[in-house]
Amino acid sequence: MGISKRVEPPIGALKLWMDYAEPFGHIRYEKPGRDRLMELIGRDLVCVRGGREVFSGLGFRVCAGEALVLNGPNGAGKTSLLRMIAGLLRPAAGRIELAGGEAELGVAEQAHYLGHQDALKPSLTVRENLQFWARYLGGSDEALASALTAVGLEELADLPAGYLSAGQRRRLSLARLLAVPRRLWLLDEPTAALDLAAQERLTALMREHLGGRGIIIVATHGPLGLDTAQNLRLGAVRGPDLAGAAQ
Amino acid sequence: MTALRALLLRDMRIAVRIGGGAMMAVLFFLVVVVVTPFALGPDMALLQRVGPAILWIGALLASLLALDRLFAADYEDGSLDLILMGRLPLEFAAATKALAHWLTTGLPLVLVTPVLGLFLNLEPAATGAVMLTLLVGTPALTFIGLIGSSLATALRRGGLLLPVLVVPLTVPVLIFGVAASNAAIVGPVPFGTPFTLLCAFTLMSLVVGPFAAAAALRHGLE
Repeated sequence: MGISKRVEPPIGALKLWMDYAEPFGHIRYEKPGRDRLMELIGRDLVCVRGGREVFSGLGFRVCAGEALVLNGPNGAGKTSLLRMIAGLLRPAAGRIELAGGEAELGVAEQAHYLGHQDALKPSLTVRENLQFWARYLGGSDEALASALTAVGLEELADLPAGYLSAGQRRRLSLARLLAVPRRLWLLDEPTAALDLAAQERLTALMREHLGGRGIIIVATHGPLGLDTAQNLRLGAVRGPDLAGAAQ
Repeated sequence: MTALRALLLRDMRIAVRIGGGAMMAVLFFLVVVVVTPFALGPDMALLQRVGPAILWIGALLASLLALDRLFAADYEDGSLDLILMGRLPLEFAAATKALAHWLTTGLPLVLVTPVLGLFLNLEPAATGAVMLTLLVGTPALTFIGLIGSSLATALRRGGLLLPVLVVPLTVPVLIFGVAASNAAIVGPVPFGTPFTLLCAFTLMSLVVGPFAAAAALRHGLE
């Protein structure tokens, strides 16, 4: 910092255009500073689904190494918020900013989204399913075996995914997060269908990710075992951290 | 490039495995063409005359068959969300999926045409002409169908919407495809004129299809 700070080469017109024209709508791009932490900020987000306002004036701020746990009753907008951050849903108002990530990439391209669906093809084997996502999302083949081992599916690697149980399918989609390194994890009910041992394993993996300066935003109804997590309560009652960040 | 190849290989693998669309299209094509002579009766001259048209209609309907699932399957199992979150532009992803569809559906149709030509009493030269027009024309069917498929997925209306949307758009391809085949067999128009127009339609659909499909998906999937 200070006078010794290295000056980034100017990108000139492009940078200006990116800053002021906001060509990609609600997702703002910021250049990474080498000494700057990654930070995901949502400001005054409004979500309207089917003409009904799900939430409004919602704000949050998560730094690298932190988890944000979304609670709330069914229909409070937990999934909508995650999909908004993943760039799959456009907010009616407000915006999502990612500071300190990779400059050329949007939020969605630096995030993993684990939704309710497992994104698996029943006719492909376990390994083929994982390998496809690893290659498509920009990971490497070397990480595949260790990712499968981490979720305990290495012995089923050559079985078509159609034969897996719901919990095994869930574990296979979790393996995707390990096979492709991305710093922002967006998890929607990640413990659904998992047995107790797998839930503990998931908690360990999440701790490991947070330890590596990752960010996790997770929607859940049950306890996750993360001790240092912020809570964001969606629905009628708003938490104080949310009100603070929104103003 | 890795991402493009991965998507292409995945879609082709799914298509050729059990429950995939590749064999279904070829079988459907076979059924349409085999049934026609029974309906028309044993008039060899008539069969020869309508042969190219029947092959083209069969290919058109067979291409449409698996197109319905092109995006719908990925939408239903959540894959489409992740495809949208990849670093590959959606236009490329759509074009790659269409290419995989053509390689597993369109190309086999072209390859079985000589066999089916025998059922319709087509001469070797005529079969060759139909094969050539199908080789050039089926990509247009796939890429036009890509638009319909993405719209049907984005609007969450499967099945019925696709043929209603797509068939009118493929009529020019059908007209010039059959016209070129007939020109090669009986004349009097030179083969080149309708064939060039057919090529033009294909090139146009290759450009317009992926962009329209990507726009439809982006707009609709919210």
